[in-house]
Amino acid sequence: MTSLLILAAVVLLGVAVWQLTKIFDLTQVGSHPDDISTEIANEKDNNINGYLTFAFLGFIYIFTIFCLVEYGSFPLMDNPASEHGKEVDNLMWISMGLIFIVQIFTQFLLHYFAFQGRGVKGRKARFFSDNDKLEALWTIIPVITLSGLILYGLFAWNDIMFVDEEEDVLIVEVYAKQFGWDVRYSGTDNTLGKANVRFIEGVNLVGVDMSDPNAADDKMAKELHLPKGKKVVLKFRSQDVLHSAYLPHFRAQMNCVPGMVTQFAFVPTLTTDEMRAKEGIIKKVSNINEIRADRSKELIAKGEEALDPYTFDYLLLCNKICGASHYNMQMKVVVETPEEFNAWLKELPTLKEQVMAEKAANAPAPAVQEVPAVTDSVATEAIAQVVK
Amino acid sequence: MSVEGHENNHDHSHDHDHHDKGNFFTKYVFSLDHKMIAKQYLITGIVMGIVGIVMSLLFRMQIAWPEESFTVFKWLLGDKMAPDGVMKNDAYLALVTMHGTIMVFFVLTAGLSGTFSNLLIPLQIGARDMASGFLNMLSYWLFFISAVLMIISLFVEGGPASSGWTVYPPLSALPKAIPGSGMGMTLWLVSMAIFIASSLMGSLNYVATVINLRTKGMSMTRLPLTVWALFTTAVIGIVSFPVLLSAALLLLFDRSFGTSFFLSDIYLAGEVLHYQGGSPVLYEHLFWFLGHPEVYIVILPAMGITSEIIACNARKPIFGYRAMIASILGIAFLSTIVWGHHMFVSGMNPFLGSVFTFTTLLIAIPSAVKAFNYITTIWSGNIQMNPSMLFCIGFVSTFITGGLTGIILGDSTLDINVHDTYFVIAHFHLVMGISALYGMFAGIYHWFPKMFGRMMNKNLGYIHFWVTAVCAYGVFFPMHFIGLAGLPRRYYSNTAFPLFDEFYDVNVLITVFALVGAAFQLVFLWNFFYSIFYGKKATQNPWRSNSLEWTTPVEHIHGNWPGELPVVYRWPYDYSKPGLPDDFAPQNMPYVEGEEQLHH
Repeated sequence: MTSLLILAAVVLLGVAVWQLTKIFDLTQVGSHPDDISTEIANEKDNNINGYLTFAFLGFIYIFTIFCLVEYGSFPLMDNPASEHGKEVDNLMWISMGLIFIVQIFTQFLLHYFAFQGRGVKGRKARFFSDNDKLEALWTIIPVITLSGLILYGLFAWNDIMFVDEEEDVLIVEVYAKQFGWDVRYSGTDNTLGKANVRFIEGVNLVGVDMSDPNAADDKMAKELHLPKGKKVVLKFRSQDVLHSAYLPHFRAQMNCVPGMVTQFAFVPTLTTDEMRAKEGIIKKVSNINEIRADRSKELIAKGEEALDPYTFDYLLLCNKICGASHYNMQMKVVVETPEEFNAWLKELPTLKEQVMAEKAANAPAPAVQEVPAVTDSVATEAIAQVVK
Repeated sequence: MSVEGHENNHDHSHDHDHHDKGNFFTKYVFSLDHKMIAKQYLITGIVMGIVGIVMSLLFRMQIAWPEESFTVFKWLLGDKMAPDGVMKNDAYLALVTMHGTIMVFFVLTAGLSGTFSNLLIPLQIGARDMASGFLNMLSYWLFFISAVLMIISLFVEGGPASSGWTVYPPLSALPKAIPGSGMGMTLWLVSMAIFIASSLMGSLNYVATVINLRTKGMSMTRLPLTVWALFTTAVIGIVSFPVLLSAALLLLFDRSFGTSFFLSDIYLAGEVLHYQGGSPVLYEHLFWFLGHPEVYIVILPAMGITSEIIACNARKPIFGYRAMIASILGIAFLSTIVWGHHMFVSGMNPFLGSVFTFTTLLIAIPSAVKAFNYITTIWSGNIQMNPSMLFCIGFVSTFITGGLTGIILGDSTLDINVHDTYFVIAHFHLVMGISALYGMFAGIYHWFPKMFGRMMNKNLGYIHFWVTAVCAYGVFFPMHFIGLAGLPRRYYSNTAFPLFDEFYDVNVLITVFALVGAAFQLVFLWNFFYSIFYGKKATQNPWRSNSLEWTTPVEHIHGNWPGELPVVYRWPYDYSKPGLPDDFAPQNMPYVEGEEQLHH
């Protein structure tokens, strides 16, 4: 159906262009073939296009308002779920407000001047080539404004990025690979065991060096659980290509780079349940569910399965192009009260226990790799399907 | 050696090699004439532009109607990339990668600065030709070869490069990580290496020409701003392109000879690879050391063109000529020390993030000066609304809209959250994509009579501009909002996240604007190619402009001026000067008696 519509649109456009060429021919009727004045703007053109310029200003304004109303719920400037998120959002609002004002003002000047100065025969433009005061003015104003923004930004940046690991923090490893995430908790010693991809074997998915005493109490998980109110230092590693751990609700992002450990620290301030109860989120979820219900109806009509209703969850997304299933490389993030978190963590087996169990089970035969050798795009696709 | 068809062919003191009687090959193919080479660049650029834009339409259709079957996919992508007309996710990544590569390098670098540097530098400084005609020809043909290789890479086993136009390793280094990193990626790197060689030859030539071959009286402070911009662009290119060349070569070594410049500790497809000790972050530094100046390589020529056309059509001197030069130089200098703002979350030392935030936001100052100077130039003018002028007004508008969001992306704190989202897409497409395209269109409409000796149709130009202007905003403005909602770029489909279901409608809206806007580029193409052959014959100076290119005869001749080279007496912006009878005063017009020497 859609392709039919597009085909129709293309045909219509073709007709339109053909008609335009007719106009092209008509403009040449009656004028001398060597008279090029028809191809240079005359007073009438100046007038029409002057008004159109002014109309275009209107279009920009109306389109801006339309976008603000339709799409302007600004999820990234609202309901931050981390401590530094408030600061980020504050700076974002200030910058956005400033941009908005400058945009409205300068676009007005540009289009209004173009409209007002539209050419009239015989009029001479004002010869105005220099004015030191004016130029100083619009050099100094940006200097002052930007200094303010730079200072604010730099203070916030330093607060976010420079982490003091001496204080009471929770250290968690987030491990990226095509196309999924693993989590490693550092256990009671709060120190991650050494790791390298060369130690990957069986259940030891992230290549922990099991001979390192710090690794003894490390625990693996498939979901990122975080306690509310405690500073979390996420340590990122990647197994294969660049990935980026993007946690939009926490205003956090860091690339995962093979061969090095990167980090990002933040304090979650709202549990998943508290976030779900926020007015903005309730509205957003019900809106999304309406859309999903409509789409489900269409799907059922086509004989396909309906979509599941959506409930809010924090997410970690991959935000650096990493291969075929990049668009679906995600992990659920759960923020809970410290009690719930500790109870959840306690239930997890340690990696050491898992490795021992695997060794016992496979005792006679050497451990076999689960991951099949990927040789062509078909296999990559197959893995992508499994991950999906 | 004579110049045919012109009476003023005496006094040929220069020893120029004239090829007027040459055969088809020396005249149209292996031409040494800068005007012909400019046309070759332009037409190659337009062809590549068509390829790049069609690619963007294909992936926009996939985003708007995910995993639907389209006949057009079957036709253009074939069964391998779009079985049953449904685009595969590998194909999507290949398309976004090639769209970026083609538009940035082949259209907006070679197509824009290659065309107008070649056309305008000799003509506007009063030179017979480029410093080295042969190098110039070589530069074009290397560009042509690199374009052909890039196109061939679309058809090889595994498809073209698919790791984004930045081709970050390890993804771009390991064919097992993504099929596009096989033969397609090798061709990409070879093509880019040749492209860089071409670009360096061109740039060296431009710089040498501007420094050495200015005509009598053409001091640096009497140069048109186009020449200033093109000159500075060439300097930036010389400084930064070699770094990309080294990155491309090192990546080629990593891929083919097993070195570990950018790779370390990788476990892929069930085995540990031997790479040890390299860092992808090093590649990012090398890439963006070119990558960021590259956006100024793209935008400065458009700024130069805009300065020239706005002054000419507003019939006013450009406001703050010296400040404009200073801001071009300021932008050029700053552009080489801001690359790290692409890497705030790359894992580099956060201290570097602070430094790059500081330098990046500084660049807003010369940019603001330029924007306000354009607006002041337009103020109280007698504006001739030619299509080229409309595109220049459009340039200033999108440059402001897109440039302002740079304040957010350049701020490391805010970038954490919008990095690699659609907010970035909106920002750079408006500030350097659309703006530079507008600059290119403006240049084509304005200098078409100079290039082809004929006029383009005015009314088709108006239709082209107004539809393009509305559609460009329609495509990129809403992207800010989905970016602020955290939608990452380069997602094949947004269906994996119910969170993004809200953006189903807006993605359809964007794609419809894109389809309509692209369809109306056909109006331009028709106008362009029709007018080359059947447009009205141009007069010598149709826009009543001051700069020297309009003092050459309409028919192209070797050596540009039939007789002596013109002598320059004034700057190029004496429009509507009080005391003069006309509203323009060409640069080769001596000061009339009693005329106030206001300027330069």
